[in-house]
Amino acid sequence: MSATAGAARGALKINDAVKLYEPSGARVLAVDHCSLDIRPGEICMIVGPSGCGKTSLLNAIAGFHGLDGGSIHLDGRMLCGPGHPQADVGPDRIVVFQNGALFPWKTTLENIAFGPIMQRRMTKRTAYETARRMMADAGLSGHEYEYPGEISSGLRRRVEILRALMNDPSVLLLDEPYRALDALTKSVMHEALLETHYRTGTTIFFITHDLEEAIFLGHRVVVMTARPCRPKQVVEIDIPHPRDYGVLTSRRFRELAAEISAVLEEEALKSFTRGEKEGGVQ
Amino acid sequence: MTADIAATPTGAPALGEAGARKLPGFLNNPSVRRACIAIAAALIFWQLGATSHDWLGIGLPVVGHVPSPIAVLKAWHGLIGDPGYWESWYLSFTRVALGFAAATAIGVPFGLLLAMSRYFRGLAFPVFELLRPIPPLAWVPASIIFWPTQEMSIDFVIFLGAFYTIVLNVLGGAREIDPRLVQAARSMGASRWNIFRRLILPGVLPSICVGMEVAVGITWEVVVAAEMISGGGSGGNTASGGGLGFFIWNSYIGGSYPDIIVGMISIGIAGYLSSTLVRATAKRLMPWTRGR
Repeated sequence: MSATAGAARGALKINDAVKLYEPSGARVLAVDHCSLDIRPGEICMIVGPSGCGKTSLLNAIAGFHGLDGGSIHLDGRMLCGPGHPQADVGPDRIVVFQNGALFPWKTTLENIAFGPIMQRRMTKRTAYETARRMMADAGLSGHEYEYPGEISSGLRRRVEILRALMNDPSVLLLDEPYRALDALTKSVMHEALLETHYRTGTTIFFITHDLEEAIFLGHRVVVMTARPCRPKQVVEIDIPHPRDYGVLTSRRFRELAAEISAVLEEEALKSFTRGEKEGGVQ
Repeated sequence: MTADIAATPTGAPALGEAGARKLPGFLNNPSVRRACIAIAAALIFWQLGATSHDWLGIGLPVVGHVPSPIAVLKAWHGLIGDPGYWESWYLSFTRVALGFAAATAIGVPFGLLLAMSRYFRGLAFPVFELLRPIPPLAWVPASIIFWPTQEMSIDFVIFLGAFYTIVLNVLGGAREIDPRLVQAARSMGASRWNIFRRLILPGVLPSICVGMEVAVGITWEVVVAAEMISGGGSGGNTASGGGLGFFIWNSYIGGSYPDIIVGMISIGIAGYLSSTLVRATAKRLMPWTRGR
C-alpha cells in the first residue's frame, strides 16, 4: 500500500457545482453553485439538514450521476465539467454506503481483495495476501472466511472501509456509514477510522448527521445550507491529531459543538418548516 | 452445571437421563421424534377410521371407504417384488427429471434475459404472460397432437409446469439485486461481464433455487395427471409402462383400491425426495446462506 505517498494525493476541487432534479416536471435544485476545496489528506466532514443535497454532491464526485453545471477536479484532473457532465466511475474514488454494500456471497477476505483483482492490478494471490495483511493490521484477523451475513454490522463497516482502501483511492467517499450503529459501536468505528487514516493518509469526504462525529473526526466541518445545498460555513477544527475519545469532554470540543450546532439548527429549521423529508438533526 | 447447559439448548430429552439413553440415536433429535409421533398418530387414526365398520358397526364417512393402512401395507408388500411397480417409479422419475432439467436450462437464461434487457422484456413478456395462466393439463391434448411421441408430449407438459415458476422467480430475483452493489463493483473496476458473473448471477441464485424447489413439486403434480390422461405404456398389462400416475389410474380401473393408496404414497415419497435433493444442492451452491 502506498501508505504515506497518499498524503500528497486527493485534492478535491468542487467549483460552482449545480445539480437539478426534474421528477414529474417539477424542477428541484439540489446543489446550487457549490464550491469547496478539499485538501489532500484531509478529513472533511459535511453536515447539513436531511435531504439538502449532500448525497447528490457525493454521487457527482463518484460519477453515479452527472452535474448540470460547474466542475469537479481531482488532483488537477477534471472529473466532470463543461463538455463532460458526468465523471467516469473509478477506483480512485470509492464510496462506502449508509447500509453497506459488501457482496453477501463473498467472504470478508474475498470482498476486500475484489478491487485489485478486477482492475488486474494484482494477481489473485497477491491480492489475498495484501487483504489478509490489511485485516491483520486492522485487528480483524480470524474473520477472513466469514460471510458478511455472519458478522456484526460494526465489523461489516470496517471490512467495507478496508475493501475501499484496497483500491488505493485518492479520496474515500463516506455517506453516513455509521448511521445505523449504536453509540458504543460508533465510537469504536471512529477510533478505528482515525487509526486507519493516520496510517494511510487518504483524503476522506464524510457526510454525516452526527455533530459529535463530525467534530471528533474532521479536520474541517462544512455546514451545508438547507436545499439547495451550498457551504454555509466552514469550521476549522483546531483540536490536534491524533485524537482519542478524551477530546469529547474538552472545553474546545464543547465550544466548537455549540458554535456549529447554532449554525446547523438554523438550516435544519428552514428545511423543517419547508416540510422536507426527514427534517431533524441528530 | 455443565451438563445442564449442554442438555437444554440442544433440546435433549426431557425424559430424564435413563430414558434418554435407551432411545436410538436419531430419536434424540426432537424434530425427528415429533415427525415419528405425528406419522404414527395419523396411521392409528387412519386404521381405526378405515376399519370402523368392524368395531363400530357403522362405517364412518370418508375414512370408512378408504382401504386401511394394513391393507395398503399388504398390497405394497406384494408390489415390492413386482418389476412393473419399479418401472413406474423409474418412468415417472425420468420424465420429471427431463422436463425439470429442460425448464431450468431454458427458464433461467430466459428469466435473466427478461430482467436485463428492456427491449427483450417488451417483446417476450406479454406472450409469456398470455400463456402462463393456461394450466399445463390444458396443454395435454394439444401436446399429444403436436409432439411425435407420447413420451415427448408428457415431458413437454412437465416442462411447462416448471418453466413459468422458474422464470418468474429469476425475474423477480434479478430485480431485487441492490443497485448499490452494482455501483460498488463498477467503482472497483469490474467489467460488464464480471458484474454479470460475480454479481447478478450469485445475486439471483437464491431466487433460482427457490423457483426450482417450488417447480419440482409442480412437476410431480403434472406428471401424474399427464400420465393418467395419456394412458399406459405399450404393455397395457398391470402396472407396466405407465409411470406412477398411470399406476394409480390403472388400479382404480382394475378395482384394486389399496394399490391406489400405494401409488399416492409413492408419489408423496418421490416428490419429497426430489425437493430434498434440490434443497441440498441449493445449499451447496450458496455457502453464504449457511448461518440462516
